[in-house]
Amino acid sequence: MLAKRIIPCLDVDKGRVVKGTNFLTLVDAGDPVEQAKFYDSEGADELIFLDITASSDNRSTMIDVVRRTAEEVSIPFTIGGGIRTTNDMREILRSGADKVSINTAAVNNPQLINDGAENYGVQCIVVAIDAKKVIENKWKVFIHGGRTETELDVVEWAQECEERGAGEIMLTSMDRDGTKDGYDIALLKKVTDSVRIPVIASGGAGTLEHLYDAFNDAAVDAVLAASIFHFRQFTIKQAKEFLRSKNILVRT
Amino acid sequence: MIGIIDYHLNNLRSVQKAFEKVGVDSFISDNAAELRKADKLVLPGVGAFGQAMQNLHSLGLDAVVKEHAASGKYLLGICLGMQLLFTKSYELGEFDGLNLVNGEVKVFPTSVKVPHMGWNQVEIVRQSPILNGVEEKSFVYFVHSYFVEPKENVTLTQTDYGFKFTSMIEQKNIFGIQFHPEKSQTTGLQLLKNFSEL
Repeated sequence: MLAKRIIPCLDVDKGRVVKGTNFLTLVDAGDPVEQAKFYDSEGADELIFLDITASSDNRSTMIDVVRRTAEEVSIPFTIGGGIRTTNDMREILRSGADKVSINTAAVNNPQLINDGAENYGVQCIVVAIDAKKVIENKWKVFIHGGRTETELDVVEWAQECEERGAGEIMLTSMDRDGTKDGYDIALLKKVTDSVRIPVIASGGAGTLEHLYDAFNDAAVDAVLAASIFHFRQFTIKQAKEFLRSKNILVRT
Repeated sequence: MIGIIDYHLNNLRSVQKAFEKVGVDSFISDNAAELRKADKLVLPGVGAFGQAMQNLHSLGLDAVVKEHAASGKYLLGICLGMQLLFTKSYELGEFDGLNLVNGEVKVFPTSVKVPHMGWNQVEIVRQSPILNGVEEKSFVYFVHSYFVEPKENVTLTQTDYGFKFTSMIEQKNIFGIQFHPEKSQTTGLQLLKNFSEL
């Protein structure tokens, strides 16, 4: 059967990893490619790089990261951040990334999802959704890194993304992000109940139980985690052993 | 030398790199004359079936693949590349394939999530040299929304996704792999190595 995935996320600014650089065993812990190799060897199922560089002048820096990662890493990886056009998508995919993740650009121009899916296949179009609870059981979509509220309802937007050809949804709870209080299970469940494409849980993981809860209670397909792995609180191997002991199928 | 067929749908470097890792030389080309010189051909691919067939045809590469297969030389289709070997696909319409393997390409039923994306296991249905050193229930990386339904007994491995579908085929000199060996770590590399040694 299909295994549940664990996906470390690396924030990259001007070609350098900006969070979680205390990898004592790595020669250059700030090098995204070094970290990617490490996670690959440790058993991560995929990787996501989030380019948080504000200006688009740094595109070539990120392309270089993509190229080097493609040479060194044998698991699939996704690039997000600053992708606005199908040309941006093509450049990144041609450099060796397996998927691209779009967020603000998809909200501003939903046709970008259709165009990306038609040109490159649904399998490589990930739509990232930043969700914030507005009233009980209702979440709104935020863009511009969470700074701008939109009128979009998260569940409706997720369904629209699916219809337009998104292959996967990466769903971040802004309320939980950085809290280590656990994923927003109610939000995740609402979305996994409403779409047929895979959903990646993001925002709030602080313990291994949190990973389990997302799989078991919200039926997500993958969990994205940053700090619990970056700061070596847990290794990927420990996470997988824990999940396996709870009868969640993970890749050995 | 192994030729990797470039029909302008995606980056093929990861396939070439995977061969490099197991010490096998390969070249990427969209040129019919160059590809005709290859001992073995690999037809990779992600994307849509109809567009892929159209690109193959406009580059004159459908004929190259068919000649290659008819000559008895080894051919490996990967992911969409395996689906293209079949008679017909129902991806976004109805399209004729290369018709080297009798069967059809169908969409997953509505009971499962689509795309089928991530690490799933192979169950070996019958042994073959390409499976040398591959353990039962090894995890490999899949990304696809359609699956093949062979009409003849060509299935090498199957995979369970609520129901069992064919994940590898062998028909004489023709092999197909639905998952991505180039993204499947050691199991994937073993398969590519085995193919290179056929």
